[in-house]
This record gives sequence, C-alpha cells and structure tokens, in this order.
Amino acid sequence: MAQLTSALPASGLRARPGLLARIDLPRRVVFAAASSMILIVALLMVFITWQGIQLFIADHVPVGQILAPTWQPDATNGPTSFGILPFIAGTVFVTGVALLISTPLSVGLALFLSEVAPRWARAIVQPALEIFVGIPSVVWGWLGITILVPFLADTFHKKIAISLPVVGQVFSMPGFLTGFSWLAGSLVLSIMILPTITSVSYDAFRAVPQELRTGSLALGTTRWQTIRHLLIPSALSGVLTAVVLGMTRAAGEALAVQMVIGNSPSMPAAITQPVTTLTSQITLDMGNTVFGEPWQDALWTMSLVLLIISITSVVLVRALNKRRMGS
Amino acid sequence: MTATTGRVAGGPLGPKPSLRRKTSRGSLLADRAATVVLWGTGVFVLALLGAIIVHFAAAAWGVVSPSFVLSDPSDTGLGGIGPLLWNSIYMLALTMLIAIPVGILGGIYMSEYAGENPITSAIRFAEESISSVPSIVVGLFGLILFVDNFKWGFTVLGGALALTLFNLPLMTRLSEQALRAVPQEERTASLALGATKWQTIRHVVLPLAIPGLITGVILTAGRVFGEAAVLLFTAGLGTPPHYDFTNFKTFSLTDTNTAWWHSSPWSPLRPGTTLSVYIYKLQSEGLGVYVNQIVDGCAAILISMVLIFNLGARLLGRILTRRLTAA
Repeated sequence: MAQLTSALPASGLRARPGLLARIDLPRRVVFAAASSMILIVALLMVFITWQGIQLFIADHVPVGQILAPTWQPDATNGPTSFGILPFIAGTVFVTGVALLISTPLSVGLALFLSEVAPRWARAIVQPALEIFVGIPSVVWGWLGITILVPFLADTFHKKIAISLPVVGQVFSMPGFLTGFSWLAGSLVLSIMILPTITSVSYDAFRAVPQELRTGSLALGTTRWQTIRHLLIPSALSGVLTAVVLGMTRAAGEALAVQMVIGNSPSMPAAITQPVTTLTSQITLDMGNTVFGEPWQDALWTMSLVLLIISITSVVLVRALNKRRMGS
Repeated sequence: MTATTGRVAGGPLGPKPSLRRKTSRGSLLADRAATVVLWGTGVFVLALLGAIIVHFAAAAWGVVSPSFVLSDPSDTGLGGIGPLLWNSIYMLALTMLIAIPVGILGGIYMSEYAGENPITSAIRFAEESISSVPSIVVGLFGLILFVDNFKWGFTVLGGALALTLFNLPLMTRLSEQALRAVPQEERTASLALGATKWQTIRHVVLPLAIPGLITGVILTAGRVFGEAAVLLFTAGLGTPPHYDFTNFKTFSLTDTNTAWWHSSPWSPLRPGTTLSVYIYKLQSEGLGVYVNQIVDGCAAILISMVLIFNLGARLLGRILTRRLTAA
C-alpha cells in the first residue's frame, strides 16, 4: 500500500519525525519475517545441490552414469552402477498416469462446481474437498494397502491380452501378482492431487466473465456447448496451471506412493507391475545407508533431481500465469 | 421439434421454445449427458469421502478407547499410542509457536508494505518454491542442517523447525489474504485521523483480520499435524519410551549425561516420533499381530483431527466474524 504513505499531510503540518519513526522498526521486523523465506530457499538449494553433486565430486562417478538403466549401489555385489533412470522413469510414468486419471475428473468437478451445481451442492462439495486436502499422505497410503492393493490383486490377477482376428495378439500384459503396482501408485496419487487440480481450475473457470456465458447462451447454445467451446478455451491456461501444480504434488509425494508401488528398482515394464520412484527410493534407503558413502550420495543426487523438477514447475506456472495476464 | 422438451441451459435466460429450432436433438442430448457426468463427479467425491469416513469409523470400532489413546505401545498386546499422540501435539505446539508469529508478520509485510519491486517478486518466488518442493526434500534439508551440521541428532526441535520452514509459505499466504480482505477505507480513515502506518496496522487492520488469521492458523495446524515425510529424517522414527510427565529435566549445561532428557516429555531435544510417522513405521515393519488394528486406530484419530480442524476453522471464523462485525 505504498500509495498511502505518499498521501501523508504536507510536511509543514507534521512534527519532524523522531529517530524511532525514521528507523521504522515495525517495517524492518515484518520485512525480515517475509524475506526469511528467501533465505530458506537459498539455503535449501545450496545444501541440496552441494550434497547432490558429491556423487560426482567425491565418489568420481561420471555424470553420464546416472542416466544408465541399472541401479546397483551395493559394492559387495560386484561393480556398482548408479543409474537413476529407473527412478526418474518411475516418477514420470506414475505421475503421468495419475494425471491422466485425475485431470478429467478434477476438471469435471471444477466445471460442476462453477457451472452446474446449485448453491446447496457447492456448500457440501467444497468443504468435502478441503477435508480431502487435510487427509495425511500416510492415511492415503494405508487405504491403498488395505483396500486398493488387495482389490487389484484379487480382481485382475489374470494375464490381460487383446487379440484381433487377422493381426493376432496385439496387446498383452501380465496380471497383478501382489497388487503393489504402478497403477496402485497412480490411483492413490490421482485422488491426492484431485483437490489441487479442482480448486485451481475452479478459480480459472470463475474468472471467465459472466457476460461471455450470457452472450453465448443468448445465441441459443446449450450449456455444454458453452462449456466446450467457450469456457474451456478461455480458461485453458488456468487449467494447465492446475495440471502443472497437480503434477508437482504427485512427483514429490513420498510416503503414500512408497507404500503401494512395490518398490522394484528396474525400468517400468507394465502398469500391473511393481515400479519405484525417486521419492520412494529415497525414503526407503536413506535410513539404511551411511553418510558419505556413494550409495547415499546417489540418494542426494536423486533429491537434487526432485528439487530441479519442482523449481522448473514453479517457473512454468509463472510463465503460464504471465501469459494469462497478458492475453 | 416438439419432441425435444429438453431444458436449455440458463433457465429464464434460455431462448423461447419457438426460437429453439437451431438446437439439434444431438446437442441437447450431449448437454443432458454432460450434466449427468458433471453431477456424477460431485457425487463421486462425496461418496468417496463418505466411504472413507465410514471405513475408518468401522475399523476403529473396538480399537480406539480411552486406554488406547492414553497408554504406551506394547510389544505383546494391542497397547496404546499415548506417547505418539503427545509427540504429535507437542510437535504441533512447537511448530506453531514459531510459524504463527513469523507467518503473520510476513503476511503483514506482503499485504501492507510490499510494493511492485524485485524484492517482492523474489519473496513470492521463494514462497512458491518452498510450497512446491517435495516434503521429503525438506526433510532431507533438515537432516543436513539440524541433525548433521548442528549435531542435534533426531530431535523434536529439529522436526518442528523443518515443519516450520515447510509451512511458512502457507501461513504467510493465508495471513496475507486475511489482511488484504480488510477494506481499504478502514486504513484510509485511520491514516486520515493522523495514526501512523504501524498504529493503523496494529489497531485497525489486525483486529479486523482476526477471523481470517485464525482460519489460516487452523488450516496450517491441520497440515502440520498430519505431516510425516518431513519428520522421518529429522525427528526420528523409533518407538518412544515411557514418558514421565513429572520429569521437567529438559536441559542442562553442566550435566553431560543426556540419557535422562530422552524420557522427559517436555524436552525439545529428544527424538519424537509422531502419530503419522508411527503409521509409516508400523506398516513398513509389519511386525506383530495387532499392526492392522493399531494403524487403523491411528488413522481414525488422524482423520478425526482433520475433521475437527476443518470444522473448527469454519465455525470459529464464522463466530468471530459475527462478533467483530456486530460490535
């Protein structure tokens, strides 16, 4: 509110400010509180980056090796290989499928809340979503273990194959052995990111001016035509922001995913099979490794990758917002 | 087209039946289908939340009792979760003790002082970055800083500090929103009466923002209470010993024997496994006959706390707004 300070009475009417007023202590204190976040981020980036590059500096592992598909960190089992590609691929694939499931559902829910729902329905669904946000990730993981995983194992344990008359078998996938799988991870994540994507897309839909809706309806379109051809295109960058935020949350989620994906450190093969992600491998191994050994340094490198992913998404969201403000 | 009696969106704003010729039967059907699907998303979310609550209510039946809530964990029987619940509450109190003042002061800067300049946008960038950094990475940062560099080991204080810096952006943003919601006229009037900027903030803006600030505090508290990934490597995940609540020996510069402070529940410099971390620990170890019952009980308690925090924030905010605006 800088413009208000300039609206002070003319200096002649005012006593010369004392030393205390000139220092403006309150301003300094609140500024220190707000700017402490800059310090926190700077420290966090420096520490994680420093630990993350130890694998290359102290352990002399070539930088290119982290993109190898083999994870063999234990020197007692032969030559080591610190390929973290399986974890990166796991994070990307598990997050990708979670977004495929969650985006239509969340955007649909946002449209329901902003365009369709009567006031009473909104008054029930919105608080329900806030409760979803509050449910701790370990509780989602536990629900995954006790309900989703046994359900997948019991229902889809057979091999899945699709055959066409002339071409023959076009698709085959092993069934769920234990239920701990890529799909289980994606399903748990898709529910966890639903409130994020919904609330951000909801704001984007609400931001579309009411006149545009009225104008469109006056032309004789149905509500769905208005949504399809007017609302979704106008709110597109807002919806994209929502998806990026959901993606960030999904890629960074650790415990719930670790509990249901089976943690197999190999390249993801099928959606019914166990995989692993960056976060879950860090969670599992950090406690079992010694500070300074290459194995743990590789885990720090993985957390550096996670940090880079999240900072990139912040920059991406800022760019999307700028585009929206610009248009 | 007399057969198509479908309601055109917009109610009274929709065209009269005679003008509806252009709206084909297909698009009316599509509109109907879309309405059904969009309602379906809302019903799905409510049904899911209902199912989760019913599930945990049923699972906790016969497990959660006063003795379960209060007594120590047991190796042989069902035992209890008393020390874990205490650690959760103690951790929450310690975190909020730091996060509330710093967050509100930061919010004051962002709402009342910050102008359009590079420093403000740097603070915003930091705020968004911390919010999007995965909680496990924040936990690792706490591991380097508090556990290793400061040589504290796993402590409640280290966990609380890590939780503070993770939740500071949320607390700051919610405070900023609460303060921005105070009408500009209140500030102008106060300044016109000759009050200084700080007097205006202290005696006019802050009191008016109290309902919003309290809502912010409760929402942040809800998130802190359920967080586990941050605490895994900062506060530890061992089973706590029996806490003697009459033991106030929390710190001593002369006594080098630190063993005794581990059994004082009041000491911030002892490991402190919380309820959420305990869920993670129990399910990953999977030992004991009663694991499922205990985890269900813990999860039910966490979910009830989420419900209480959410409803509490809503109710208190509403009551305070009524009180303060009526006075």
